[in-house]
Amino acid sequence: MTDDATSRIDSTVKGNDVVLFMKGTPLFPQCGFSSRAVAILEHLGVTYESVDVLQDQGVRQGIKEYSDWPTIPQLYVKGEFVGGSDIMMEMYESGELGQLLKDQGVATAQ
Amino acid sequence: MPMAAEEIETMIRAAIPDAEIEITDLAGDGDHYAARVVSETFRGLPRVRQHQRVYAALEGRMGGVLHALQLTTACPQ
Repeated sequence: MTDDATSRIDSTVKGNDVVLFMKGTPLFPQCGFSSRAVAILEHLGVTYESVDVLQDQGVRQGIKEYSDWPTIPQLYVKGEFVGGSDIMMEMYESGELGQLLKDQGVATAQ
Repeated sequence: MPMAAEEIETMIRAAIPDAEIEITDLAGDGDHYAARVVSETFRGLPRVRQHQRVYAALEGRMGGVLHALQLTTACPQ
């Protein structure tokens, strides 16, 4: 991983309350798992920053090492790695994700 | 190069011997799986750590040769 990619990842993760690293954009997700992650955040009505890893090979590889997590999408809240799309779905369905956002002082529509 | 369900199960069991493992081939193409892994060793670990243990068992295949593995982890009830 290049230091350059690491520092870009780090400043994005730390500079935004909610960040989703994904394949494609929220409007045009390029993978079913990323699409599911976007749908969850939209349902929660949370404002988030998205990073399209397909536009940046350094970030695409670097993010996997950053979180020690092999797949994309990846969700970060207040600088902490929350999980991929399976964990997001589980936490959304149980209400934990909405609660986590609330606890972290992130505004949601619910 | 897809992975066989048995291969996935064998690798997980090698790393987490007490695991109850249930693997479903979602699309019938040997490339899109769902796995449910239940192990006492997950107790007390956050979900992210539980999933990381399963990914570690797959020794780098996840996100590489294995594109799609919907993962659910739990402790025995």
